[in-house]
Amino acid sequence: MPTSKEGEKRNKMVIICSKGSLDMAFPPLMLATTGAAMGMEVHLYFTFWGMNIISKKTIDSLKISPVGNPGIPMPNILGMLPGMTSMLTSMMQKKMDKIKMPSIREMIKTAHDSGVKFHACSPTIEMMGLKREDLIPEVDDIIGAATYLELASEDAITLFV
Amino acid sequence: MASPQTGVKPTTIVDSRGTMCPGPITDLFRAYRNANIGDVIELLATDPAAKSDTEAWTKRSGNEIIAVIDEKDYIRIQIRVVKKGK
Repeated sequence: MPTSKEGEKRNKMVIICSKGSLDMAFPPLMLATTGAAMGMEVHLYFTFWGMNIISKKTIDSLKISPVGNPGIPMPNILGMLPGMTSMLTSMMQKKMDKIKMPSIREMIKTAHDSGVKFHACSPTIEMMGLKREDLIPEVDDIIGAATYLELASEDAITLFV
Repeated sequence: MASPQTGVKPTTIVDSRGTMCPGPITDLFRAYRNANIGDVIELLATDPAAKSDTEAWTKRSGNEIIAVIDEKDYIRIQIRVVKKGK
């Protein structure tokens, strides 16, 4: 990975969170919290289904789907049966509780307290018919692609989840 | 003097045993934010990633590990706060 100045490490991270399933909500939050703990400036940009992670209505009901998920040892045709998504979600929840994994809400609180910035994508908000008050209070602002690019172009680590 | 086998008397003990990544680092960071220069934070962890993650954290934040002590089923990592960020 190239750095801007020889030997100088990047001190900023911008992550696009585009997915709204439980398994895809954890990685950006874990990286963000760790980045902030390491003294980095961290921005999370929530777009498309990622909006489910910061919407009051959906934050506590994120799910994991067996369909189209090759990591799950279950044929897609079985995964399509009613109740499979809930079953898999509760199985994963039990596993996460067993290793004392914090909940999404707890992870968001820790990230926010550590200085991680939460940005919501404006076109997605429009498309989903959401308002600012439909989002959790940790969301700092509603921004567009230009602001994202401005943030990301300042020599940041950029990830798309 | 601190020896890598026994360590020193810590200013604060952070018990992260039972939590997995990023638990130990976020717990350490919380203690670090309340610490003063010269303090020794002792992190207790069972996460197998704790040692390498703490090394990465100290390297990044400019602080130092003074002792890593292996206990029976956990690890004690002593970190001296030599630099405080914003």
